[in-house]
Amino acid sequence: MTIMISHIFLQHYWWIIVSLLAGLLVFLMFVQGGQSLIYSLPKSDIQKTMIVNTMGRKWEFTFTTLVTFGGAFFASFPLFYATSFGGAYWVWIAILFSFTIQAVAYEFRSKPENIFGQKTFDLFLFLNGSLGPFLIGAAVATFFTGSRFSLNNMNQVQWATSWYGLEALLNIRNLALGFAVLFLARINGLLYIINTIDDEALIKRSGKRLIYNSIPFLIFFLFFVITLLFSNGFASDPVSGTVAVEKYKYLHNFIQMPLVLIIFLTGVVGVLFGIGITIIRNSANGIWFTGTGTVLAVFSLFLVAGFNGTSFYPSSYDLQSSLTIRNASSSFFTLKTMMYFSFIIPFILLYIWYAWNAINNTKITEDEMKLEGHKY
Amino acid sequence: MIENVDLTLVDWSRAQFALTAIYHWLFVPLTLGLSFILAIMETIYVKTGNEEWKRITRFWMTLFGINFAIGIATGIILEFEFGTNWSNYSWFVGDIFGTPLAVEGILAFFLESTFVAVMFFGWNKVSKKFHLTSTWLVAIGANLSALWILVANAWMQNPVGMTFNPETARNEMVNFWAVLFNEVAVGKFLHTISSGFLLASMFVLGISSWFLIRKREEHMAKRSILIAAIFGLLSSLMVAYTGDASARTISKVQPVKFASMEALSEGKSNAGLVAIGILKDSDQKIGERVLKDFAFRIEIPGLLSVLTGGTNEAYVQGIADHVLGNEKRGVMSVPEKMERGRFARNVLMDYKKARVINNKAQTDSIKGIFLDKKFQDNYFRYFGYAFIDKPEDVIPKIPLTFYSFHLMVILGFLFIMITALALYFLFKGTLSENRWFLWVALLSIPLPYVASELGWILTEMGRQPWIIQDMMPVSIAVSQISSGSVITTFILFAVLFSVLLISEISIMVKQIKTGPKH
Repeated sequence: MTIMISHIFLQHYWWIIVSLLAGLLVFLMFVQGGQSLIYSLPKSDIQKTMIVNTMGRKWEFTFTTLVTFGGAFFASFPLFYATSFGGAYWVWIAILFSFTIQAVAYEFRSKPENIFGQKTFDLFLFLNGSLGPFLIGAAVATFFTGSRFSLNNMNQVQWATSWYGLEALLNIRNLALGFAVLFLARINGLLYIINTIDDEALIKRSGKRLIYNSIPFLIFFLFFVITLLFSNGFASDPVSGTVAVEKYKYLHNFIQMPLVLIIFLTGVVGVLFGIGITIIRNSANGIWFTGTGTVLAVFSLFLVAGFNGTSFYPSSYDLQSSLTIRNASSSFFTLKTMMYFSFIIPFILLYIWYAWNAINNTKITEDEMKLEGHKY
Repeated sequence: MIENVDLTLVDWSRAQFALTAIYHWLFVPLTLGLSFILAIMETIYVKTGNEEWKRITRFWMTLFGINFAIGIATGIILEFEFGTNWSNYSWFVGDIFGTPLAVEGILAFFLESTFVAVMFFGWNKVSKKFHLTSTWLVAIGANLSALWILVANAWMQNPVGMTFNPETARNEMVNFWAVLFNEVAVGKFLHTISSGFLLASMFVLGISSWFLIRKREEHMAKRSILIAAIFGLLSSLMVAYTGDASARTISKVQPVKFASMEALSEGKSNAGLVAIGILKDSDQKIGERVLKDFAFRIEIPGLLSVLTGGTNEAYVQGIADHVLGNEKRGVMSVPEKMERGRFARNVLMDYKKARVINNKAQTDSIKGIFLDKKFQDNYFRYFGYAFIDKPEDVIPKIPLTFYSFHLMVILGFLFIMITALALYFLFKGTLSENRWFLWVALLSIPLPYVASELGWILTEMGRQPWIIQDMMPVSIAVSQISSGSVITTFILFAVLFSVLLISEISIMVKQIKTGPKH
């Protein structure tokens, strides 16, 4: 079978890659979730050290995935990159700021003479852990709820509010997805702690916390999904490219793309199953189910936002400025060139898996924390 | 098109990008070079089985880790600032510029971040060989990431491999290999990574000298100096060689930048190469801009002509040639380029108008004009000049480019001397006795940082007013947000980066004073 490589095929291909990166990013934000728990979860300094170190050995994956997500979005859908970053300025700056303080916090927190003290760097970790997932969640929600911008005839963005993106935080649905992503990150963080740290008391506490975080997650997530299914969506005419508001657009997308619906439901079941076996059976493997479920659920939500003639970055201010995977994408040649590079991704996933296991083959213990030369 | 340019916004956006880039570049060169030094040291450890080499490797690795983290912190801001502050640019050229950034993430960053975790935490978890491979992969990953971002930067200096699409109002890539093997990219990559190798060598040499001055860890210090001096000397020669090649390339693709860095107001044959010079205002003016002359100079006669044209009879073009034109030498004047740029812009506007009224015959016919190679080569290549107000606006700040360039070159030669002397004293066995030299090496640690930053100041300031040479000035590339927002984020980042830098230096000094662990 030969697949005809057309521009529209490549636009879909790259939307799938971007969606996959988004799914992986939300899963890897278990690092942020763990960071957001450093004040409340550990009972002793050594427990805190263990939590920080288990997260600290993975923070660069999350960071790199975020950077690659940005780079891939820029390269494949540059009009989104230009419009959203250049318009919703303050939201993205806040996200970047929270990741900047994270990058140094691990390396600096326990080093002598770091000037500002461990407490400051722990606060950096907490701020990144809480604000990062929340703001990313709220920003992504605007893919469904719309933003207030217009593009001129040179495709240059003009933002219609002087809040430059912060107005997104006034929309209850955006807030709901922000909190859902935050609590999901905390759930994944707890499951990762249970999976990688050898400390009975800490694991027990983490199990309890799992329940407390799952309830708000479910409330916010269900609120977002239900309102999504019954809300108006932004449909783009496949021939003319004209964007119009369509009732129940996202519900239609799920129905018209059954495979996406199956992926979404599998993802949700995976998330719940991972939580369930941890709470009920004290399993340490919940992270793999909830983690995979997270990837699938986020991946499918992105497909719902961009496929089936949908505007993935709608403008509620000027409908015809809305971005679709067709009008926002790079040229045929660029997408094709990058597709060849993307073929290396399975190989990258393979070596990440190999290196990940090499580091995680033994659990983190108190003794290791006392003896390890490179410790955060 | 954007009619009213808010200069405050443009200036603050530039200031913010410069701030981030300058801070980022304080950390990146050390990562580029020290990663290879670590790999070499660990290779010796694995080959000899000598635990002392492991101890040495781990000491430098600690310093590497501190520096690495802050490099990442500043790097993420840079990547996203193309969008947040230069969104018009991001759309206009995102089809070309985005690709190297995406490839950088996919090919280089994952390699680097995956194996850096093994490098730091894998000593007791993986085999010696796997650990060594990881250390090498970190070095390769770090330098690969430099490749891709420099390809992107080189494209801004010398845009190639693309064509303009009037429908989408942007440039689109048509030849990836032309972008990757852009002559500016190749030279820039080699020059930049070798300068990183050199900086890291001088860093290791300086700190090791401190241990010798204090008569501590002398064994470790001398072994480190051996690696640093050999690696540093080879790198410094490569820096000189690639720097020379880069300058020649600039003389071809960015002649105004070249004339400015040589402060050559008037073109001439038998042009001398100024080794050291002090500038003063000259009597000559172009529009409102006063050109520069030398108050003092030490010059090698004819050498600039020889270096750029092969013989001392070769004519080297000056700033006046480029701005006012020189028909005899086949140089088009800036007013002429402005005319042509405006013509190209008007054709584009006509196209947009025809689109609005849906006049298919007219849009098809104008599209045909854009596809015509003559139009592209003779008119559209000067598109950016349509936004230039006065011809003299294309002249960058001459003293800044001249002094950055010359100071960088002088420092470059100093580094060759220092690394060569280190090697000489080491082989003679008199390194510890020559305390003056140890002090020189120690006090020289900041100098490669200065040289490296000067290189970027020359590259970026020398290209002004362009963000993309001849195609887009910075003034129309900027995001249309309030200047107040940009001023606020500038202050936020300036405070944050400074705080982090202070902390980093303090931690680094403490770790150095503590020395390698036993």
